[in-house]
Amino acid sequence: MEQRDDIIEYSLDNHHSEEEGKKIRKKIWKVTLILSIVTLVEVFFGAMVKQGSSMWLTVKVLFILLTIVKAAYIVMTFMHLGDEKKALKWIVLLPYLIFMIYLIFIGLAEGAELYPRMH
Amino acid sequence: MAGHASKEMKANKVDWGGKTSPFSVSYGKLMMWFFLVSDALTFGGFLVAFGLTRYSYGGAWPIGEETFDALPFLTGSYPLAYVALMTFILIISSVTMVLGVEAGHRMDRKGVTKWMLATIVGGLVFVGSQAWEWSHFIHGTNFGRVELSDGSVATAKGEFGKIHDFEIVRPGSHYEGVGTKITNDNITAEDGDLMHAFQHAAAKRKLSGTAGAMMITLHDGTVAKVNKEADKDLQLIVKVPGKDYAVSSAADESTRIHEADGSVDLYYEALSKGNVVYGANLQENEYGPQTYGHFFFFVTGFHGFHVSIGIILLIIVFINVLKGTYEKRGHYEMVEKAGLYWHFVDLVWVFVFTFFYLI
Repeated sequence: MEQRDDIIEYSLDNHHSEEEGKKIRKKIWKVTLILSIVTLVEVFFGAMVKQGSSMWLTVKVLFILLTIVKAAYIVMTFMHLGDEKKALKWIVLLPYLIFMIYLIFIGLAEGAELYPRMH
Repeated sequence: MAGHASKEMKANKVDWGGKTSPFSVSYGKLMMWFFLVSDALTFGGFLVAFGLTRYSYGGAWPIGEETFDALPFLTGSYPLAYVALMTFILIISSVTMVLGVEAGHRMDRKGVTKWMLATIVGGLVFVGSQAWEWSHFIHGTNFGRVELSDGSVATAKGEFGKIHDFEIVRPGSHYEGVGTKITNDNITAEDGDLMHAFQHAAAKRKLSGTAGAMMITLHDGTVAKVNKEADKDLQLIVKVPGKDYAVSSAADESTRIHEADGSVDLYYEALSKGNVVYGANLQENEYGPQTYGHFFFFVTGFHGFHVSIGIILLIIVFINVLKGTYEKRGHYEMVEKAGLYWHFVDLVWVFVFTFFYLI
């Protein structure tokens, strides 16, 4: 295949050295530890705190926050989105977040509205 | 790492002036990200629909730590232990994947081979775990869900007393001899095993009598006495209220119907009337509203489908790594792109885990 000179081969620029690799691997293991601990904390609270108890609302909010923490580590570190250019980072995150926040709001509001009508 | 600007990029100060990619990534990687955004919207839609439906049912929705408390080869209750294990397996496979991507950036073919193999194994273990979980969900618990005489609907918890044998009272066409004991050794294939025959009979109104003295009618018309140990600590958790019983609160176990409140008689009365559902299918399930079963099969199924596709993609990339395709190409970006998809699958599971099992 003939080499096109108007296309920049970005893939070749993704390489890093042995020392950089060491640093990156260290970061990966750190994130692994964080994700494992967060999962254990979630399971612990899930098994210990029963739904409907006075603590439940707090635990529920904690679950959602911890989930977002986990998701952020996966997307930013494992998927390298944190290391990409700002333009790419926001073009992926912003439209998605705006739409999902809207959808969650409207979904839960509709669900609460449906409840008295269905019972 | 990713996103280093090339020399040519640095010379060109204007990002959006053409010729260069304003994102400093290759076309393939950018398109993978766009695909993942659209796929994330699909899963987001499912989970929001799940939330909407659950909200519209008020409190009458199954509770994760009550529904998912089984472990393979063990009896007893281990709330959420199995799903936590599955979550952990998937997280670890995500770690091995990112280590593979890192090795690729150093052109370390051996490292890529090793970590990709580990990732594929992790993915297969996860799909296998999900198969077990589906099988358990479909077959259900020993007790099932019963409709009590006052019209309330309850699930039962406790230790199911072992069935020793069925003692023939009136032989049918397959079994002979009054007083002969049917055990798992001489039961016909049609009846399966003792437990299966018992549940089948219960659901088909072919059980009668009270807790200590149940009579069963088998497939061939044989009538037999059920020799069964007493259940231990049988509790009924009321899900839908009837005339006499209110809904049990998950937070307060004293609101359940205990043995002292007559749970045994209530349960076996329901069994003898055939008012019992075991396991789950697309028409009914023992765990909660019918929609719950649909969402379980659809959301976890769609995720499992993604994992399966991911494993196939990883195997294809793995073969190319072995063949040296990417070594020749000069970069391992294909590993990175497959990795993006794999991490996404892990990411979805993190949300499914929280909203389906924890909350």
